[in-house]
Amino acid sequence: MMLQVKNITKRFGGLQALSNVSFDLPEGQILGLIGPNGAGKTTLFNVINGVYTPDEGQVIFRGKNVTGKKPYHLAHLGMARTHQIVRPLNELSVRENVMAGSCFGRENRILREAYEIAEEVINFVGLETRIDQLAGSLNVAQKKRLEMARALAARPYLLLLDEVLAGLNPSEIFQMVETIRKIREQEITIIMIEHVMHAVMNVSDRIFVLDYGSQIAEGTPSEIANDQKVIEAYLGDPKLAQKLMDHLD
Amino acid sequence: MKDSTNITLTPPRRASQHAGLKLWLSPGIWITLLLVLLVGLLPVITGNAATREVIFTMLLSVVLATNLNIILGYTGYVSFGHVVFFGIGGYTGLFMLSQYNAPIWLALFAGGLVAGTLAFLVGKAILRLRGAYFALATIGINEAMRAFVGNFPPFGAATGISLNFGIYQDYGGAAQALWMTYILLLGLALFSVILSYLIKTSKFGLSLLTIREDEDAAEVIGVTTPNAKTWSYVISAIIPGMVGVLFFFKNGNIEPAEAFRLNTSIETIVMVMLGGQGTVLGPVLGAAGYQRLRGFLLTNPLFKDIQLSVAGLLLLLIILFIPSGAVGWLRKRFPRLRKVLQ
Repeated sequence: MMLQVKNITKRFGGLQALSNVSFDLPEGQILGLIGPNGAGKTTLFNVINGVYTPDEGQVIFRGKNVTGKKPYHLAHLGMARTHQIVRPLNELSVRENVMAGSCFGRENRILREAYEIAEEVINFVGLETRIDQLAGSLNVAQKKRLEMARALAARPYLLLLDEVLAGLNPSEIFQMVETIRKIREQEITIIMIEHVMHAVMNVSDRIFVLDYGSQIAEGTPSEIANDQKVIEAYLGDPKLAQKLMDHLD
Repeated sequence: MKDSTNITLTPPRRASQHAGLKLWLSPGIWITLLLVLLVGLLPVITGNAATREVIFTMLLSVVLATNLNIILGYTGYVSFGHVVFFGIGGYTGLFMLSQYNAPIWLALFAGGLVAGTLAFLVGKAILRLRGAYFALATIGINEAMRAFVGNFPPFGAATGISLNFGIYQDYGGAAQALWMTYILLLGLALFSVILSYLIKTSKFGLSLLTIREDEDAAEVIGVTTPNAKTWSYVISAIIPGMVGVLFFFKNGNIEPAEAFRLNTSIETIVMVMLGGQGTVLGPVLGAAGYQRLRGFLLTNPLFKDIQLSVAGLLLLLIILFIPSGAVGWLRKRFPRLRKVLQ
């Protein structure tokens, strides 16, 4: 089992951000994490990769209890993530950004090796023409690819993707989905938070739905698309409900 | 994203093409080293003691600025009270020299060791603070140390420590001792520049730059931030501690107000910002340029009383208009210079 999340509860003051969330993620799968805005998806990511310590519950990563470990411990153990709001290292070049992923992530590479790995990964995400530019000079779509390259350069076991499709145009979305499929072919397990329904439904093996910090459904994409509770949860958000309905057609 | 992307599509280019990896071939380090060496050897060649005093002040600033740059420019933490390491190093050295008649090299070693140890302990405590809180805490540490040393009898409390003039006889008399001090300072300045360059082009340096750019992202990427920050703070403290010994050995005495002068800290920050934080050459240029300006202001009847205000104004203008300093500005303006200006 790649990841087991057991009864996670996280509170911020009076706000119950996550209540009693549990799921298991086998190796090699893609888990889609969906839910309305404010459902606690990013908070769950933050608990999984150690940015927050949960108030209750446990996170078991590859058989090891990692609850309360720091993000860098988890990075060393083989977890990598991208951020919803991109966090490029602006004054460093694209290459140096990706080298950092390789140097300090799971494989703990020396600079010389990281240099070559960075080049491969940058080619893989299609940023090779920008390789020596400063990360701060990229546009949003490129920054998203950069975040992904930085995470991949660590050669992680588990990759957490936080809305990598948001803000991309349809052709960029298509290309990014292809990239995600290719990442899976490298036997990297993925959890992805996504609002672009057709993409997440297409690419995920299983879907996990959060609403107000609680799990309301879990299953295969077709089970989720027909789940009454999920449809109800999304009715609060007409645009998303519409997208979900489109998928059913 | 390209349609034909494949993870093993193209053979990677030779690693040595990366400017940062071909360490000793990079012109960036040689330009800086040659600059320090040429200016530093000037008084040695001419044998002129007056020139030596001018360059001594300049080299002292080069050392302080270059080392401050490791925590300020590379790691992105504004250490406002960095003079505390200079002061405590000086006190340690003079204590050893006066009480135990220790040779100068041992005093230098002790000064560096105590400064580094202090940085380690202080760093563990205050490097968890960010931004202005860290800067304020470093001022607090400096003021606390000044107050402590000023009431610490082994260090002579408020009157400080004075060296017996006879101590210079061990080095062939006062004149010889001054030259020796100068050569040692030049050596430490060159060493500081090399160290700064080695750090910048190392994996450790990359971890510091990552922290500077985004500390939370650095943690997620896998940088063990508490360790990286602490070690960069320790490294930035050691050589300032050693030059503290040299400066006060040359001076003959040390007292709290002189050793822990906050103005020195601020002026060092101005130098780093002026030349270009986060670069190897920047702090050297900034230190030399600032000392030239200061020399001019101090001898000018109009400015001699307000030379510190000029430093403050300078800092304000730099932060407003060229926050990356002279070298940073040149690198941005002329990308071709990036290979040459490290």
